[in-house]
Amino acid sequence: MNKMAQLGSDIVKLWGDYGNAYLSGIWSTISLAVICTAVGCIIGLLCGILQTIPCAKTDNIIKRFFLGLLRVIIRIYVEVFRGTPMILQAVFIYFALPYFSDNTLRFDSVWLAAFTVVSINTGAYMAESVRGGILSIDVGQTEGAKAIGMTHFKTMLYVILPQALRNIMPQIGNNLIINIKDTSVLFIIGYTEFFAVHKAAVGATFKYFPSATIEMAGYLILTIVCSVILRYIERRMDGTDSYSLVQADQLTLAAGTYTYPAKTGGRDYEAIKNAEQLEAGKRAGIRDVGNLNLDKNERGR
Amino acid sequence: MDETILQISHLSKLFGKNVVLRDIDFTVKKGDVTSIIGSSGSGKSTLLRCINLLEQPTSGHILYHGKDISSKGFNIPAYRAKVGMVFQSFNLFSNHTVLDNCMIGQRKVLKKDRITAEKTAKYYLEKVGMLPYINAKPRQISGGQKQRVAIARALAMEPEILLFDEPTSALDPQMVGEVLDVMKTLVKEGLTMIVVTHEMAFARDVSSRAVFMKDGIICEEGTPEQIFVNPSKQDTKEFLSRFFDR
Repeated sequence: MNKMAQLGSDIVKLWGDYGNAYLSGIWSTISLAVICTAVGCIIGLLCGILQTIPCAKTDNIIKRFFLGLLRVIIRIYVEVFRGTPMILQAVFIYFALPYFSDNTLRFDSVWLAAFTVVSINTGAYMAESVRGGILSIDVGQTEGAKAIGMTHFKTMLYVILPQALRNIMPQIGNNLIINIKDTSVLFIIGYTEFFAVHKAAVGATFKYFPSATIEMAGYLILTIVCSVILRYIERRMDGTDSYSLVQADQLTLAAGTYTYPAKTGGRDYEAIKNAEQLEAGKRAGIRDVGNLNLDKNERGR
Repeated sequence: MDETILQISHLSKLFGKNVVLRDIDFTVKKGDVTSIIGSSGSGKSTLLRCINLLEQPTSGHILYHGKDISSKGFNIPAYRAKVGMVFQSFNLFSNHTVLDNCMIGQRKVLKKDRITAEKTAKYYLEKVGMLPYINAKPRQISGGQKQRVAIARALAMEPEILLFDEPTSALDPQMVGEVLDVMKTLVKEGLTMIVVTHEMAFARDVSSRAVFMKDGIICEEGTPEQIFVNPSKQDTKEFLSRFFDR
């Protein structure tokens, strides 16, 4: 117990001296991780769209050549950035500019360099996740979209990617959490995030274990909060399991002035409609035609 | 009524070395309701998919109002918007509601404004009896309802010709009935349709022309009376006997 008390007082003391540094470290970590995961997703989505452009044998040679080239480039990008450690990529990219330009060109800020490295790295992973997400959507929906005249780009944008994105949300969460932890390797190019604060603090105080305890707790809180938020977003994306029937008003429909309540703010109106339907149904002795609540088990996904 | 919409000549399709369609000749005039019948694997669906270019024909020509659809510079998305298709497995967009399914093509392909698109979508949803369900997602409605929405989605594009690829094959008898009823209304309104189907009674009673396919060729074609009542070919007789002698 004595040791635990000592640990407590050490932590309090450390926090008193370095609290602000720790907090700003946490901010650097989470902001970089969130921004880079978002940018990585965009890179991944682009790669996904480009990789899946259909290429028929009957297409002309130039189109086939460029599509082939595009796929090879994406392939190389994915393999290189997925297949090397991020700590090395950081060094490699950070020092490449000054090396080739004899020190005339360099990254203006370490943040920019860190942003570039983590985004590109995440993009490589996301490219594969997105490809998997696209493959997970039944090819029939692509055909359905093509059959009403949508181009590949429109099909992807309005039909396939929104669903693929939902399916790869767990992957995106994985990447975010990996980024929160793995940005710690960026100390190699001098980016001060959460872990770098630990190095600074123990350099001055030699309180290795108490500082590590703070770090452990800090990272854990960050990642748990992130996964809770992501779960919430997933549930929001799934939408509701019930829907309301809309009773058609023949006369106004024919006149073309009838508008159904918008998705937001129209609830009361719908509730009134439903109540009316229920009432009418009861009077006519018909069963409930109001809200149809589908059982979770009945949902075919 | 004599305006030719589609003219197919010497159409062939190979999957690898597998010949699925050989030398198909086939013309569709405005107002025609053509039923294509035949056993599974006879190339019926592939023929429809070639017409909509979901499959690339290996050789031969498909002329749409006299223009070759495989020629250079032919606007395929615009052509597909004019040639609707209804699939066996419905293929609704599961991330959109029933209403949005019927609006998205009008908005993004035909570039209609929201109000016009919504009016058109509701008009056709009403026609197929799905207007009360506009807020539902495809996963929340039954197979027959999905297929009716799919028909409304195709109709909302106001196509010149509508292709049905076994629209009732994935449905139970009651749902088959509700979908066929919708299709019968469309026939009455004079929509040009090509229907690949195993519903022989429907093909016999509703279509203006019937085509019997076997092993990738058109074995026999003619009026429903010719095909269903007095088939001249032995293959046609054998195929139909299984349906009507039960």
